[in-house]
Amino acid sequence: MEFFERFAIPHPSPAIYASMVAIGLTVIAIIAGLTYFKKWGYIWREWLTTVDHKRIGIMYLISALLMLFRGGVDAIMMRSQLAVPGNTLLDAQHYNEIFTTHGIVMILFMAMPFIIALMNFVVPLQIGARDVAFPRLNALSFWLFFFAAMLFNISFVVGGSPDAGWTSYFPLAGNEHSPHVGTNYYMIAIQIAGLGTLMTGINFIVTILKMRAPGMTLMKMPMFTWSALITNVIIVFAFPVLTIALAMGTMDRLFGTHFFSIDNGGMDMLWANLFWVWGHPEVYILILPAFGIYSEVISTFARRNLYGYKSMVASMVIISLFSFLVWVHHFFTMGQGAFVNSIFSVTTMAIAVPTGIKIFNWLFTLWKGKIVMTTPMLYSMLFIPIFTIGGVTGVMLGMSAADYQYHNTMFLVAHFHLVIIPGVVFAMLAGLTYWWPKMFGFMLNERIGKWAAWLIAVGTCVAFFPMFISGLDGQARRMYTYSEATGFGFWNMLSFIGAGILAIGFVLIVYNIYYSTRYATRDIGADPWDARTLEWATHSPVPEYNFAITPEVNSSEALWDEKKKGHKLFKGSYQEIHMPSKSGVPFIMSAIFFVFGFAMIFSLWILAIVSLLGIFACLIHRSFEQDHGYHISVKEIEETEAKMGGAKG
Amino acid sequence: MKIDHSQPLEYGTEQNKMNILGFWIFLGAEIMLFGTLFASYFTLENRIGSGPSGADIFEITPIIIETFLLLTSSFTIGLAIHAMRLGRQKAMLTFFGITLVLGLAFLSVEIYEFFHYVHVGAGLQTSAFSAILLTTLGTHGAHVTFGLLWGLGIILQIKKRGLTVETTNKSFIFSLYWHFLDVVWIFIFSFIYLKGLM
Ligand code: HEM
Ligand SMILES: [Cu+2]
Repeated sequence: MEFFERFAIPHPSPAIYASMVAIGLTVIAIIAGLTYFKKWGYIWREWLTTVDHKRIGIMYLISALLMLFRGGVDAIMMRSQLAVPGNTLLDAQHYNEIFTTHGIVMILFMAMPFIIALMNFVVPLQIGARDVAFPRLNALSFWLFFFAAMLFNISFVVGGSPDAGWTSYFPLAGNEHSPHVGTNYYMIAIQIAGLGTLMTGINFIVTILKMRAPGMTLMKMPMFTWSALITNVIIVFAFPVLTIALAMGTMDRLFGTHFFSIDNGGMDMLWANLFWVWGHPEVYILILPAFGIYSEVISTFARRNLYGYKSMVASMVIISLFSFLVWVHHFFTMGQGAFVNSIFSVTTMAIAVPTGIKIFNWLFTLWKGKIVMTTPMLYSMLFIPIFTIGGVTGVMLGMSAADYQYHNTMFLVAHFHLVIIPGVVFAMLAGLTYWWPKMFGFMLNERIGKWAAWLIAVGTCVAFFPMFISGLDGQARRMYTYSEATGFGFWNMLSFIGAGILAIGFVLIVYNIYYSTRYATRDIGADPWDARTLEWATHSPVPEYNFAITPEVNSSEALWDEKKKGHKLFKGSYQEIHMPSKSGVPFIMSAIFFVFGFAMIFSLWILAIVSLLGIFACLIHRSFEQDHGYHISVKEIEETEAKMGGAKG
Repeated sequence: MKIDHSQPLEYGTEQNKMNILGFWIFLGAEIMLFGTLFASYFTLENRIGSGPSGADIFEITPIIIETFLLLTSSFTIGLAIHAMRLGRQKAMLTFFGITLVLGLAFLSVEIYEFFHYVHVGAGLQTSAFSAILLTTLGTHGAHVTFGLLWGLGIILQIKKRGLTVETTNKSFIFSLYWHFLDVVWIFIFSFIYLKGLM
C-alpha cells in the first residue's frame, strides 16, 4: 500500500476527482469506439506509423487544439476565481497549480506544436519537396512531444501538478518548498518534449537548406519558409540551454545536488539566468513563424507582392541574434545593479526596431493593395493594432528603472498576453483557416470564421486591457485572491467577462470545424484563395507525394508567376517517385520514453533502467535496420492525378 | 538510389549529404550544450560550500593519461576515415577498433577519477562546485560511452555489409562526433583542470 501512496494527489478536490472520472471515461470511450468501428488497424497503419510530413502536421494540429482546450479551461478557472474579491472557488494551492500548468501547457504544449504543425504541413510544400530531410526523425519528434504532453497532463490526477510557476524559479521549485512530485513532472516532461523540438529544428534546417525546388534560391523562398528557417536556427541554439537547466533542476530534486539551492554553494539565480537564456529566444521562436504567416496572408489578400522582402529577412535575422541578448530584462529587480540593467534595457528596446520594420512593411503591402477581407486577413488586420499595444508596453517594461513598478504585476501579464495572443494565437488561427483547404479539401465557413475572429479579438481586449490599470494600481500577478478594499474587483470582473467572450470565440471555431466538415463543398480546386506560393500549385488535399512533377521556380511567388506571367512550373513527364517507408518504432520508442519519464518522476529506479534499455534497443534496431523506402510507379501517379481532377502542369 | 561517383562514397547520395549537414547542425547544438555547462561551471567554480576546491582534488597524472588516450584516438579515427576513402576495409576496421579501445581506456581512467573524487570528499551532493564538475565531466563521459556503443554497431555493420554508401556515411559521421568529443575534452583540460590546478 505504501508503494501506491506516492501516486495519490497531495491536495485533492472534487474537481480533480471529476477529471479523473472524465479522463477514465474518455479513454474507455476511445478504446471502445476504435474497437467497435474496427479502426485499430487503420489508426496504426495510417497515423501511428506514418512518416508523412502532412499527416504529422495534422497530428500536431489536433494535439495543439486539445491542449488549447486544456489551457483554456485553466484560464477560465483562474479568471473565475479572481472575478470577485475574496472568492473561495479555488484555494491558494490549486490556484498555484493552475497558473503553472496554464503557462506550460499554452507555451510548450499548445503554441509550440501549433507552429510546428503548420511548419510541417506547409514548408515542404512551399519549397516543392517530397517530404522533410529525415521523415522518420520527424515522426519521432512528434511522438516525443505527444507523450511528453500526455505525461505532463496526467500530473493533475497522479501525484499532483507542478505549482512553482511556468518559470519554476528556485529555491521555490526545490524539494524543500515544493515537496510533492509536481515539479518533477515539469522537469522531465519538458525535457522529453524539448528533445523532440531540437530534432525538429535540425530536420527543418536541413530540409530548407537542401531540398528546395530547382530555381528557388534562398532569396526566392516564400516568407513563411524564411521564418521557419530562422525559427529553427533559434531552436537549435536555445533548446540545449534548457536541456542543461532542466537536467540540473532534475538532479537537484532527485539526486540531492546543490546547483540551485541556497546552501552548499548553490546559486538560485543561475536557474533564472539559464531559464531566460532559453526563455526569451523561445518567445521569438513562437512569434517569428507567426510573422511568416502574416506575411503570406497579407500579401495574398492584398493581392500584391510583399513590400520589403529583403528588409523582412534582415529584420528576422537581427531579431534572432538579439533574442539571445536580452534575457536579463525578465529579472531587472533581482539584483544585477544599474550598469548591467542599463545594458539589457538598451538591447531590449533595440529589438523593437526590427519588429517595427516588419509592421511597417505589412502596412506598406496593404497600402496599394486590393484588400479582400477573408477570415485569415481579418485576423491579420486585428493583429496589427493589438500586437502594437502589446509591443509598446513591452518597451515600457524594458526600461529597467520603470520596471520596478511594473514587474510581477498584472501589467506584465497584460503585456505578454497582448503580444502572444494576437501574435501567436491569431496567426495560428489565420494559418489554420488559410491552409485548411489544402489539408482537408474544403474551406471553413467564412461567416462563422469572422464571427469567431471578432469575438476572440474583442475578448482579448476586454480580458487584458483592464490588467494594465489594475497592474499599475498594484495588483500582483499569481495572487489567488484580493480584498474588496483594493478596488481591483471591477477590473477583474471585466477580465472575467472578456475571458468568457474569448471562450465563446473558441467554441465557435470548434463549431465551424464541425459545420464545415458537414456542409462545405468539396469542389474547391487547388487554389481557392487565389494565392501566390507553391503549396497552392498541387491538389487539395495534397497527394502523398506532394507534387507529381518537381516544380521549377523563378521567384518567391512561383504560382503567381505561372498564373500571371506565363511561367511554366511543371516541366517534363512523370518519373517514378521514391518515398520513405512507414515505421512503428518512433511511436514505440516515445511510449517507452513516457514510461521512463514516469519512472524518473516517481523515483522508480528499476523501471527507469529497464525503460532506458528499451530506448537503447530501439536505437540499435534503427541502426541495424536497412530501409530503402519504396517507389510509386508512373502508373500509380497517373491514376492518382486523374482521380484528383486532372494533372497539374 | 542515385550514387554520385565524383564524391567520396560517404557523400555519394543526396540523403548522405543531408545526414552529414544534419549532424553538423547537431554538433552546433552540442556546442551550446557544453557551452552552457562551461558557463555554469565558471559560475559555480568557487562556490565550494564546506567541500574541497578543484586545487584540492585534481590529480595531474590521470588527467594527462586521459588526454593522451583521447587525443590519440582522435588521430586513429582520422586514419580510419582515410583508409575508408582508399577503400581499404581491413585497415579501416583496425584503426576503428583501436579508436574504440583507446576510448574504453579513457573511460576506465575517468571512472577511476570519479571514484577518487568521491573518495576525497567531492561527491555529487557535496557542493555546487562538485556537482557541476561531475556533471560536466559526466556529460562528456556519457557521450564517450554512447560513442563506444555506436562505434561498435558501425564496426559490426561494416563487417557484415562492407563499405557501402550507408556504412561509410555512418562512419564519417561517427568520426565527426569523435573529433568533437576530443575538442570538448581540450576545453575541459584547459579550463577545468589546468585552470583549477593553477
Ligand atoms: C516589442 C518587443 C518586446 C519587448 C520590448 C518585450 C519586453 C518584455 C519585458 C521587459 C518583460 C519582462 C517584464 C517583467 O518581468 O517585469 C517581458 C515579459 C514577457 N514577454 Fe515580452 N517583450 C516584447 C515582445 C514579446 C513577444 C513578441 C512575446 C511573445 C510572443 C513576449 C512574451 C513575453 C512573456 C511570456 C513575458 C513574461 C514571462 C513571465 O515572466 O512569466 N514578449 N517582455
Ligand atoms: Cu523577454
